[in-house]
Amino acid sequence: MISEAVVDLSRLQFAMTAMYHFLFVPLTLGLAFLLAIMESVYVMTGKQVYKDMVKFWGKLFGINFALGVTTGLTMEFQFGTNWAYYSHYVGDIFGAPLAIEGLMAFFLESTFIGLFFFGWDRLSKLQHLAVTWLVAIGSNMSALWILIANGWMQNPVGAEFNYQTMRMELVDFGALLFNPVAQVKFVHTVAAGYVTGAVFVLAISSYYLLKKRDQGFARRSFAIASAFGLASILSVIVLGDESGYEVGDVQKTKLAAIEAEWETHPAPASFTVIGWPNQAEQRTDYAIKIPYALGIIATRSLDKQVSGIKDLLVQHEARIRTGMTAYGLLQQLREGDDSAATKAAFDAVKDDLGYGLLLKKYTANVVDASEAQIQQATLDTIPNVFSLFWSFRVMVGSGFLLLALFACAFWASARKNEERKPWLLKWALFSLPLPWLAIQTGWFVAEHGRQPWSIAEVLPTYLSASSVSEGDVWGSLLALIAFYSVLLVIEMYLMIKFARLGPSSLHTGRYHFEQAHA
Amino acid sequence: MFDYEVLKLVWWVLVGVLLIGFALTDGFDLGAAALLPVVAKTDDERRVVINTIAPHWDGNQVWLITAGGALFAAWPLVYAAAFSGLYWALLVVLFALFVRPVGFDYRSKLDNTRWRQSWDWGLFVGGVVPSLVFGVAFGNLFLGLPFSLDDTLRSTYQGNFWQLLSPFALLAGVVSLSMLTLHGATWLMMRSDGAIAVRSRHAAQGLALLFLLAFIGCGLWLWQGDIVGLQISQMGAADSALNPLNKTVQASNSGWLANYQLYPETRWAPLLGIAGALLAGLAASARWAGLAFAGSSLAIIGTLCTAGFALFPFVMPSSLNLAASLTVWDAVSSQKTLGIMLVAACIFLPLILSYTLWGYVKMWGKVRTEHIQNNPHGLY
Repeated sequence: MISEAVVDLSRLQFAMTAMYHFLFVPLTLGLAFLLAIMESVYVMTGKQVYKDMVKFWGKLFGINFALGVTTGLTMEFQFGTNWAYYSHYVGDIFGAPLAIEGLMAFFLESTFIGLFFFGWDRLSKLQHLAVTWLVAIGSNMSALWILIANGWMQNPVGAEFNYQTMRMELVDFGALLFNPVAQVKFVHTVAAGYVTGAVFVLAISSYYLLKKRDQGFARRSFAIASAFGLASILSVIVLGDESGYEVGDVQKTKLAAIEAEWETHPAPASFTVIGWPNQAEQRTDYAIKIPYALGIIATRSLDKQVSGIKDLLVQHEARIRTGMTAYGLLQQLREGDDSAATKAAFDAVKDDLGYGLLLKKYTANVVDASEAQIQQATLDTIPNVFSLFWSFRVMVGSGFLLLALFACAFWASARKNEERKPWLLKWALFSLPLPWLAIQTGWFVAEHGRQPWSIAEVLPTYLSASSVSEGDVWGSLLALIAFYSVLLVIEMYLMIKFARLGPSSLHTGRYHFEQAHA
Repeated sequence: MFDYEVLKLVWWVLVGVLLIGFALTDGFDLGAAALLPVVAKTDDERRVVINTIAPHWDGNQVWLITAGGALFAAWPLVYAAAFSGLYWALLVVLFALFVRPVGFDYRSKLDNTRWRQSWDWGLFVGGVVPSLVFGVAFGNLFLGLPFSLDDTLRSTYQGNFWQLLSPFALLAGVVSLSMLTLHGATWLMMRSDGAIAVRSRHAAQGLALLFLLAFIGCGLWLWQGDIVGLQISQMGAADSALNPLNKTVQASNSGWLANYQLYPETRWAPLLGIAGALLAGLAASARWAGLAFAGSSLAIIGTLCTAGFALFPFVMPSSLNLAASLTVWDAVSSQKTLGIMLVAACIFLPLILSYTLWGYVKMWGKVRTEHIQNNPHGLY
């Protein structure tokens, strides 16, 4: 039997390491493009201040990038250490984007990042500009491939179960690449990264403007960040993730949980702005609703329905029962009865095998599950509504606050009067944590909302874990938390130190603190 | 498109290529970091050593990450069984590697002796530990790992980290540690001058000797010792999808030397390992840095091929249930996945090699203390 404690601890460890990793990745994605834009301006105009901008923001980029690499190392190997059965069961599909990510993206990004930092005197202007763009493209490519992998976990297209090898196998690579969930996720996630980079530059530039130092440098940084940020936040919101919730059963379930939609309402459904979801009673207390809004947002139509949780539960229970049949047939096949009739019978129901596997948590043999166990497994198919409902609202709220900020900042920057608006500069400075808040809650919605599955409708999280001991996972979890936290403190210390110092840290003699000494 | 059996063989070669790529590139920066306390005595000297690898270590490390990804994609069962079984060994390597990106980037950002020395020790550990543990892990492959598979192909490992530290495995650890630090030493001979180059030359001579003793020692142990290798006595057709448990494996391959008798043409691998290290040691004595680096590179290629050829077709032998041993025939992905991955590798590997080479060409030249002193803020 699999230990539930090992599964829970492994989930905690994966969530912790992924969230830590994703403190640094979005800033890398966004700053890389901002650096490329700044350097393009430098190459086109020849103005030294833009080169200084690339070097200074590049220094902060480097401090952030180092921890991105460190925390990324864990991610590449953690599927094997802690999710070994998952790795076996879906490695045939899931491993490919990871390997291609290495070949296509990591090599590009990591090879050229060295030249970005150390190649200033060795490369021509254009060569260095190309290097910077390749770093930005490489980091975005890596986001593409990892989101193709992640999109497949949410909506596993292009694959089939093979009873002989006891795993999922790839049948359609094109479907994997052009998975609609992955495409939407990619745009949403990288654009969120661009927003993070833009807020970072905007907030720190505002700090210099508030302190009235290095104003020429700060004003130009502010201008680029506000324009880039406005375009990016619009992409995040307009090409929002919610359009990806139409496809696949688990995505539908996630949507119903996010919106606390207990019943299926006639289209277009109303949108619950806030409320107090009560999962035990299957209702939302104190709900404030906007008519029609949910149906329009979620289905981009006036006539498509949004499935409610109660209806989904009925569908899931039926699929669990079919899944039990599928599991019984799989056992026959594995025991050597591979007659055409058994194969045909299995093929007819194998799409529900994953639902049958949900019962593994309660009974080893699946086919003999009791009525109570089936009911319990059915309830398991709905993730925790309360936490999803509220995380989603925190994410969206942060997004709209950032939209307002960038709109004001862009307007002020276009009219060249941001320095006379201290309220705007303070607002920008204190908005610094917002993109991280939005991103972390967003990932929580995406991944917690996928539960109880590791691969939607295919493999329950419960079955995915490695056969390691509870003590092992406790040990690694605590060691990782301790080590990462120490590194994070060091990183924050350096980041704050150099952000405060500003472009004077370049030691060019042209900036504030150097002139004060002179 | 391609025959399944051929694809299985090709992926055995490609995993080997990625591991060799990792050892050839990341090997010298792990080695150079491991040599920090030996070859660099002052802060400026340590910065010279670090700046010889500064523009390259990150790209080099991607060979390891990509090898991990390729293992996941091409041999999912190996990825699953090896990393969950060798749980703490892998974590120890990861924790050691964690220090490197931050160490390289943060160390020279503050002008504080204790700060810098702490990171220098971190970089030293980050160089030594992975170099040692990789060898210990390979050594354990020869001894077989205590894992089994149940009928749903879930792997269970019955052992712990300390049991990996058997004498033979530790000797294999010495092989890899001396091999990669030798590579680091010959790299530093090429890329530095003055005192660092002299110390690196001495280190290279000693390490070449240590490597030869350990490598030949491992060979003699396999030849005369009691290590039992495995052989497949019966399995299904190699060009079909196979269940690892449906084969018969016998412990009849004393010292894993059967392949060298069966295919005498593979004997170039151990000979290349020895010849490469000899060349590295002799060229170091003659102060031919480039030739010494070529020698340590050949030693790496020879050593990894020696291990791969001996174990073939096994990649992860089991000591608990011989039939559960994972091989290139039955631990692999589907034909379709292997084919797609091969196309990706054929497109990207040549590209990677060419831009990596461009990067090295652009950054080539000796790193000198004066250069470091004139650049207190622009370099690591």
